[in-house]
Amino acid sequence: MAGSVVRVENVDKRYRKVAHAHRFLTLKSAILGGDLFKTLSPGEVFTALDGVSLDIARGETLGVIGSNGAGKSTLLKIIAGVAKPTTGKVTVNGRISALIELAAGFHPEISGRENVFINGIILGLSRAQVTERFDEIVSFAELKDFIDAPVKTYSSGMYMRLGFSVAIHIDPEVLLIDEVLAVGDEAFVHKCLDKIAEFKRRGKTILLVSHSLDSVRQLCDRVVWMKDGSIEQAGDPPKIIDAYLQWVARKEERELAAGDNRRGKTTESQSAYPELGGEDGLDTDLSNAVDGNDDGKPGGAEHAEEIAAAVPYEPGRWGSQQVFIDQVRMLDSQGGQHYVFTCGDPMTIELTLKAKDPVDEFVVGIGIFNADGVCCYGTNTDIESFVAAKLHGTASVRMEIPALNLIEGAYYLDLAVHRLDGYPYDYQRGLTRFRTISPIGDTGVARLPHHWSFEGGIEWKKTGESEDQ
Amino acid sequence: MKHGLNNLFRHRVVIQSLVTRELKARYRGSVGGYLWSFLNPLLLLLVYTIVFTTVFTPPRAQGADTDPYPLFMFCGLLPWAWFAASLTDASNSLIAGGNLIKKLIFPAEILPVVSVLANGVHYLLGLPIYLCFWIVYKPDGIGVHLLWLPLVILTQLILSLGLGLGLAALAVHFRDIRDILANTLTLWFFLTPIIYSRQFIRNMAEAEGASWVPKVVSQALDLNPMTHIMNGYHLSIFEGTLINWKRLPVTLGVAFLILMAGYWFFDRLRDSFPEEV
Repeated sequence: MAGSVVRVENVDKRYRKVAHAHRFLTLKSAILGGDLFKTLSPGEVFTALDGVSLDIARGETLGVIGSNGAGKSTLLKIIAGVAKPTTGKVTVNGRISALIELAAGFHPEISGRENVFINGIILGLSRAQVTERFDEIVSFAELKDFIDAPVKTYSSGMYMRLGFSVAIHIDPEVLLIDEVLAVGDEAFVHKCLDKIAEFKRRGKTILLVSHSLDSVRQLCDRVVWMKDGSIEQAGDPPKIIDAYLQWVARKEERELAAGDNRRGKTTESQSAYPELGGEDGLDTDLSNAVDGNDDGKPGGAEHAEEIAAAVPYEPGRWGSQQVFIDQVRMLDSQGGQHYVFTCGDPMTIELTLKAKDPVDEFVVGIGIFNADGVCCYGTNTDIESFVAAKLHGTASVRMEIPALNLIEGAYYLDLAVHRLDGYPYDYQRGLTRFRTISPIGDTGVARLPHHWSFEGGIEWKKTGESEDQ
Repeated sequence: MKHGLNNLFRHRVVIQSLVTRELKARYRGSVGGYLWSFLNPLLLLLVYTIVFTTVFTPPRAQGADTDPYPLFMFCGLLPWAWFAASLTDASNSLIAGGNLIKKLIFPAEILPVVSVLANGVHYLLGLPIYLCFWIVYKPDGIGVHLLWLPLVILTQLILSLGLGLGLAALAVHFRDIRDILANTLTLWFFLTPIIYSRQFIRNMAEAEGASWVPKVVSQALDLNPMTHIMNGYHLSIFEGTLINWKRLPVTLGVAFLILMAGYWFFDRLRDSFPEEV
């Protein structure tokens, strides 16, 4: 690409893993064998970046997202020139300022004023340039009253603000930002975002690594999603962020599935319910997971139901298991399974029930709790006037919610099958989780359906018209 | 090497700021402040004077060439303090300044260079005190040969830079270097003519019926670049004669070679620093 400011070509980065116990041996053998450089070359390695190629055009704001350990910060360090690629090439045109570690060069014993000068000079300004920008730097950091105190007396927030302020006043061509928006209070973060937006307006190139998908969505022209050291996808922010969230959801799903397997094993290892094993011919995950493990255990637990009744048989789950919830799925309108839903989208909660013995008295209940433990909504078949007749074999129960109007956050499901008097067959508390995301940012518990109307002397700018135009 | 020197020159403002910071930070918080740069050598001189003139009198086989002894000893002790502190600080500099090379685009060689220079400034601050004592003791002792002093200081500077760079790079990978260095420096101190004169050992080696030990020590002294640098200090300040025309330039050449080797070594290991510190 002709207009690219940063060009990363097929870069690999490997870190070596060497136990410290080998150090002395290395020194000795290195000196005796005379092959110091060979012994210092990578032995066992960890690949942090694997064949990454990337072009960043002038004036572009590029977001880098990905889970921890995906190689985002390594990529930034390599572009900044702090780390060298093991193979491959990085070309950068223009002065680069890396907000990787703020205040990296601060010395605790000397005053903020002197540190501003030294840090500015280290970052590539001349003394005159620092003098010129000094007042601006200090007022941006809101440290006017403390600038002559040694920085060791600063709070961590003051420290970070001063570091951010110096770094951002370097006026670089390329700005690298690694998760620094977490510094300072709300007001300072807004100021930082304004400053970044100003950079953007002035046609500077910005590379932003962040876990705050909102800021990425808000600021970036293009997003790169890193996974396991390579670029998984790159493109339009909404598309990539959505793909990333879906991947996160799938990952959570796998973890939940792994948790389900573990649950199955726990059940069997406690072994208070041998009838749940193979003999009754229940074709369930629970019995499959432990198949062949229960042959030596005869049945003959006629009273198991009574024993089990009030005993929780795994954390967050209890009941007699006469009827049990075999599977819980959360589906979108196309029937695809998800753990992340957008506020306002339809969601169907599907329970697969298995009855060991037919029962004629049962209630199915569902409760949605938020992260604070507040019940956002709860209902059951009894409240909604379904009169139970018979439940036998396998059954599936779906609760269709046409618009899931819960505000953004994490939610837990309470799911239950119980008798009318409350005696539980199977009660699961908080074992199923999902998340909602919302582009709106409203607060409370649920988004009530509403619309606004205005009359008289009140006017609004048209959508998309920003304030400073 | 040339590129390295250019790089240092380009970053001279950074180096200057860091040296200033180093000096400021050292005295920040102390009541005496900069005064300690003068007071430290002064008090040390006092202690050494008492110890070596009244408590413990060294053999004066070499005659009058170490008289007055406190001034002789201090002539070498001050630059040795610079040398030893330079190497100690430099070997620790990359580890202590880890944040800078790990988090910023920063030429790592600046850190050991700053260690050597900051301690050099200390030496230069202590030197006037020493010269004042000279004037009191021996008003006619200070001569025109003091003009050779910059050459001696330059030789020591180059040697210290070379060793400092090499040690700094090595200490990143082998932390044992710091302890090994501390002990090596103690041995090196006694193998350098500081509390005795070069002539004293030479006399011992050439004396009738001398054992092999003084002979070996005498030869070892000749191989020690610090011997010739110390000799340079003794000649230009203490004895007020010409510096040794052959030995000091050769030492300067050797110091240059050590600097080149140190820089080459440092450069070879440079890329590993951000990962290891």
